[in-house]
Amino acid sequence: MADILLIEDDPLVRRGLELALSRHGHHIRAAATGEDGLADFEASRPDLVVLDLMLPGVDGFTVCSRIRSADQTPVIMLTARGDDFDVVGGLEAGADDYVVKPVQPTVLDARIRAVLRRGNGDGHGVSVHGALRIDTTALTVTLHGEPVALTPNEMRLLLTLSRAPGRVFSRQQLLEAVWEHDYLGDSRLVDNCVQRLRAKIETDPAAPLYVQTVRGFGYRFGPL
Amino acid sequence: MSRRPLPRGLRARLIVAFALVTMLGAGAASWASAESASDALVDSSQRRLTEDFAERIGAIAPTLTYPPDQETLDRLRAAVGPNTTVTYEDLRSSEGPHADLITDELLDAVGDGDRIATQRITDDGPWLLIGAPVMITAPDGTRTPSGIEVYAVRDLAEVHRQIAALASSAIGTAGAALPLSVLVALIAARSVLRPVRELRDTARRLADGDLDARTPPLGADELAQLAVTVNEMAESVQGSMAAMGRMQADARRFAADVSHELRTPLTTLTAVAEVLEDASGGMEADAAESARLAITEIHRLVRLVEDLMEVSRFDAGTVHPRLEEVDLAEAVRDSLRARGWLDRVETTGPETIRLRADRRRLDVIIANLVGNALRHGAPPVRIDLSASETHVRIEVTDHGPGLSDQALPHVFDRFYKADNARTRTPGSGLGLAIALENARLHGGDLTAGNADGGGAAFILRLPIGSEEP
Repeated sequence: MADILLIEDDPLVRRGLELALSRHGHHIRAAATGEDGLADFEASRPDLVVLDLMLPGVDGFTVCSRIRSADQTPVIMLTARGDDFDVVGGLEAGADDYVVKPVQPTVLDARIRAVLRRGNGDGHGVSVHGALRIDTTALTVTLHGEPVALTPNEMRLLLTLSRAPGRVFSRQQLLEAVWEHDYLGDSRLVDNCVQRLRAKIETDPAAPLYVQTVRGFGYRFGPL
Repeated sequence: MSRRPLPRGLRARLIVAFALVTMLGAGAASWASAESASDALVDSSQRRLTEDFAERIGAIAPTLTYPPDQETLDRLRAAVGPNTTVTYEDLRSSEGPHADLITDELLDAVGDGDRIATQRITDDGPWLLIGAPVMITAPDGTRTPSGIEVYAVRDLAEVHRQIAALASSAIGTAGAALPLSVLVALIAARSVLRPVRELRDTARRLADGDLDARTPPLGADELAQLAVTVNEMAESVQGSMAAMGRMQADARRFAADVSHELRTPLTTLTAVAEVLEDASGGMEADAAESARLAITEIHRLVRLVEDLMEVSRFDAGTVHPRLEEVDLAEAVRDSLRARGWLDRVETTGPETIRLRADRRRLDVIIANLVGNALRHGAPPVRIDLSASETHVRIEVTDHGPGLSDQALPHVFDRFYKADNARTRTPGSGLGLAIALENARLHGGDLTAGNADGGGAAFILRLPIGSEEP
């Protein structure tokens, strides 16, 4: 289904996940260290990276930041602790989603598919909101005519919000719509993605124009 | 319980004791000196009056004619002074308002003897009565009573005034010593009580858990030794506490480390279990059953390790709730739906209850309570939701046999199994303990009991929490 780069230092965990994910139809390349992983990433340009946070040498946070600075390839973190330090650190490094070890392969597969989905065009083609131009068919975005590179998650978030300008979406609704998480999803994923999206499309991310916060409820697109 | 002494503090007792001792000492000394001084005063004044009396008689006696007539007696009386009576047989010369104070006792004493007699009386004030027979001295030196008797009454009020002044000055001296003694007592009490108070403060801080509290020992007296002993005791308690704390921390870290180390192999096992499960369809029957057993146990192990890690986090105090606005009825429905329990559990209560809670932890509590009721109780399992001004109340009841009296106090204990015959349950044995910790993390509470119908009843109370600003 997808070309996945798995960066995990424990050989048995690496092999186990490789076996399980292959069975879900993915093509897996595996790396044992952060350095190898980054080299593999440059060489193979995978569709998605599954990244263990606890790596010897260059750690998972650093690897994630480097991948994110290179392009918009989605990253799913594997955390052994599932505590705030890992989750917050990983999301700040630019990860799109996270799973806690031990993870069921079906769950990981569902997350992979959700993160890779860029969203569906609604057939209306192009919608223009001020300086922001969203092509819902080609799934491209320009700001003042300049193309903006978005990760699939950011793209889906923007599409979801901009499809109904002015409507307030709760974090829970966005988690279900964008990340396809169940009712216990981590709302920090939404907040983090909103921040990254604002950094890319807002002139002043501190006073956002397009993706606005509705305190106590969630987010809405506009009104401009 | 010992009876409380009347003066409460040591300070008050010391001051009272000092004042009492001072007053007793000063009073006794003043009293003794005043007593002896007044004796001396009375004696000397009596002697002076008596001598004066005798001198006056002696001066005039040689000029008297004998036997005396009334005129002679009058002269003698005038010479002796006022308040004097002179008698000779039936003749009598008396002058002065107090002259008649002379007692029969004195009359007898003078009549029988040949010397001056005195008596002190206190009729209407202190008086000295003096009486003497006038003697005739023959040329050969023999003395015979002349039959003339002289009596005089002398006022002792002045002497008594002096004695009263002496006594009042003695009382004044003792009184003046009182404030001085209180002052000295205060200083003494301070020097004794300050170290005592410091020791008390130190002991109180130690009791409050401040094991760094010490009292600097001053000097080398018994109180200083006590301070040294208290310091040593604190030192040793502190040492033991630190050792215990280290052991406890080690034990907790060990539990956390073990759980964490188990995660890595469990990750591999969980990953391959699915592959195995998919492939078990093509295996021989015994191999397929073995694979299914292995998979079941892997899932149990995962659950156990996750619960252990959760308990470790609570023990380490590293758990922080992520509060958000939660619709209670919806949250309960979500928890039930996710586990396929919707048609096995009957939920009643208003749809409108909202609270601020950690959604995931609320789910853990509900899942543990309902899971417990479904496993150990009998259907129907019921959830009743209600809310007051400040709290929400979630009651989970079943219709099983309920909790026995022995089990009731232990249901929230870790790894407690109410029914020993059924030790193999899908639960980790930590579920209710974790549910309780989660309830407390929200500032709420979780209690176990039995419903009227006989089944077990778990009641969860959570604060509604403040609105998001």
